[in-house]
Amino acid sequence: MTTTETPGTLRRIFDYSARADPYPLYAELRETPVALQEDGSYVISTYREITDILHDPHLSSDVRSLSRPMPALEDGVTTAFIKRDPPEHDRLRRMAMRHFGPPHSPGLVAGMESDLTAAVGSLIDDFAGKERIDVVDDFACPFPVTVTCHLLGVPREEEPRFHVWVNDIMNSVDYDPETDPREKLDKGVQARKDLRRNLGGLVEQRHGRPGDDLLARLANDDGPDGRMTDEEIVATAKLLLIAGHETVVNLIANGMLTLLRHPQVLERLRHEPDLVAPLVEELLRYEPSVHIIPWRAAYSDITVADTVIPKGSQIMLMLASGSRDPKRFHDPDRFDPDRRDNQHLGFGSGIHSCFGGALARRETQIALTELVRRLVRPRLVADPPPYRPSPVLRGPMHLDVEQGDG
Amino acid sequence: MTSADTLRAFKRDGRIVVVGASLAGLRAAEALRAEGFTGSLTMIGDELGEPYDRPPLSKQVLTGWVPAGNTTLPRRRVIDAEWLLGVPASGLDLATNHVRLADGREVPFDRLLIATGVRARPWFVESEAALNRVFVVRTREHAESLRRALAAGPSRVLIVGAGFTGSEIASACRARELPVTVAELGAAPLAGALGAVIGEVAADLQRTHGVDLRCGVKVTRLEGDAQGRFRRAHFDDGGTIDAEVAVVALGSIRNTEWLRESGLAAGVWGIACDSGCHALDINGRANDDVFAAGDVARCPHPLYEYRLISLEHWANAVEQAEVAAHNMVSPQADHWPHLSTPLFWSIQFGVNIKSVGVPTFADEVVVTQGSLDDHRFVAAYGYRGRVTAAVSFDNAKWLRHYRRLIETAAPFPPRCPTPDQPTDVHPAPVGLPGPSLLAQGATAVVTGRTR
Repeated sequence: MTTTETPGTLRRIFDYSARADPYPLYAELRETPVALQEDGSYVISTYREITDILHDPHLSSDVRSLSRPMPALEDGVTTAFIKRDPPEHDRLRRMAMRHFGPPHSPGLVAGMESDLTAAVGSLIDDFAGKERIDVVDDFACPFPVTVTCHLLGVPREEEPRFHVWVNDIMNSVDYDPETDPREKLDKGVQARKDLRRNLGGLVEQRHGRPGDDLLARLANDDGPDGRMTDEEIVATAKLLLIAGHETVVNLIANGMLTLLRHPQVLERLRHEPDLVAPLVEELLRYEPSVHIIPWRAAYSDITVADTVIPKGSQIMLMLASGSRDPKRFHDPDRFDPDRRDNQHLGFGSGIHSCFGGALARRETQIALTELVRRLVRPRLVADPPPYRPSPVLRGPMHLDVEQGDG
Repeated sequence: MTSADTLRAFKRDGRIVVVGASLAGLRAAEALRAEGFTGSLTMIGDELGEPYDRPPLSKQVLTGWVPAGNTTLPRRRVIDAEWLLGVPASGLDLATNHVRLADGREVPFDRLLIATGVRARPWFVESEAALNRVFVVRTREHAESLRRALAAGPSRVLIVGAGFTGSEIASACRARELPVTVAELGAAPLAGALGAVIGEVAADLQRTHGVDLRCGVKVTRLEGDAQGRFRRAHFDDGGTIDAEVAVVALGSIRNTEWLRESGLAAGVWGIACDSGCHALDINGRANDDVFAAGDVARCPHPLYEYRLISLEHWANAVEQAEVAAHNMVSPQADHWPHLSTPLFWSIQFGVNIKSVGVPTFADEVVVTQGSLDDHRFVAAYGYRGRVTAAVSFDNAKWLRHYRRLIETAAPFPPRCPTPDQPTDVHPAPVGLPGPSLLAQGATAVVTGRTR
């Protein structure tokens, strides 16, 4: 049967003081691969057990499968496929993927290459001469929302509002009723509404007007699964904006931070541009942006590592811990861009594997390549940098870097 | 000299001969070099040209998406081998450790890997098989000439045999919008490999995609015109069909004839091996110097009562090649067994079909996820109350879970409901045809315990 892990390890991971380096605590957690918590939930922290359960058809992403459901932020709103189970999840994801990747749209990410390079280039132009820059605020933050807006077909003049909404939503995700002003939550709720309404309007305009952007394609789809409802299109677009935002911001910031901590790798990247592909994979293993899947549910009893997790249980998956599991990765705490057999959990695993993974990879690859190419002798101002509050989507709040000969 | 010294000397300048220069042979050669073997390496193959990949030959090559010439296997390292290509091996002398080639040459070895694979089973009447526009598909040249024939826009294509290869070729023809008739002796396509229940789904898939599918019929004669070109086929029910291309897809024949006098346990089912890929002799003794890998090998598997199993699976060829190569250059105590769970895939009519385990080792089948009607599901196979295999149609991401069920001998039928469980979850008899049909379409064949 289940053993309970070292009391409080998870609590210490969630404590802000662990944000800069949660990895020793993950190692502690891994001593009990499947750990029953005091509240009856389970925490899984080892590579094999995480991948096993992510491929287990009894694991549910639907909040209704929890015996103790969580309060919903938005009532009566259509949920995106990330929070649904098959067959509905599969149908919606399939319909979205038709316009996003292989086999039906194999050239999408490659086709965005010049757009991505231009967006990165113009952001770097803006701080080219400055001695001190914040990689997060000046560079990483504005980048992904711009990209997703282009992809969806949000008109340029509306983009700034999308940036504000996405920021307000992301801020509210960390809302802590004990320390945060209520306004933080309200702003997030309002932003969700505004974003939904605006996306709804964009979808409406596109009915009967086929076009190249994702919203137009979804609104006029004639694929084998038929067409998504407008609510489903809005939910999907919202998912792409939000899930594709902070994750990429963190990955770029974590990446730059990791490079600055490994100057010899940074130097190599300057001279070996091809290194960037395996380097970003290693980054997804070593310093991923999604550390934790906060909850999944046992749809029926699930057996993992000889533990039976009862139906209705809440299950937390420690992805970043799994990617540092020494039973799976040799010398896991070493950042090694030449690592082979690097099947990390940076994009999760199973049917809910990151939908935008291919795009996120390319965004990060281009961002890091260009930063390294154009920053002159970059130096870290503070190590560790200040972190965002979230232990789930983990990354620096700011990443101040000095450059030039100063 | 100690055995460690002998092995060290062998690794340094021994002679290894690999007969069969396709996937298993190439991967074994690469693995031998990766293991530090620096002696002489000879690759013998009956085809000219570099080793190539076969899965695309019945799929992307026929639709014209991938040119046949672009299927060369990627090289993972330099193998620095002597290549004797274009001449088949014709005999093996284990008294003197020589491979005899068809042109009379003799190639000596210290250790031998046999990876001669299979060839397409030809049409049973030689004169009819020789007709123009009658094809089989096994080699790159086969695929290229069939592609050319399909590109010419024949009035109809007849495919004899609806195993995986025949079904994939039918799919490629439909992708080219060619009229296709598929004639299958069994009750349904793929039934020999996956059983009657899933065979029905495959039949539905073919018909939905416009294939003129005829099951339970036997093609008795391929008729040619005055120019010696195929033009009509005759069925055992007296019917006929006019077509301009015939593809014979009746499974494969293992290339073991050259071993007939060798003393190895080689026959129509392949070469009997132990799980370390050592070939067995006719007395059932493992030979320390002769190994087999790939389609031609039949190895015991603990998950399947240690019965000898032949697998025509891509992944199996690679894994056996690596195990064989390792064992060829390692001390006994460090030998690896080949125990991985079989894995197989096919793409046809836009559907990704994937299986784990051995579906032919089953007495019952149950759909555990999705729906047969949608052609999107997972089915679990059971034998005497435990899970032995699973097959997915467009649902491959779950198979890792089923592999675990197989490897842990989990009870069949699986009990706990899933969100996408179908309403009817009662196991049905698997409905596999007898062994005579099994040999035609299955890619995983349970071949019994003895020769």
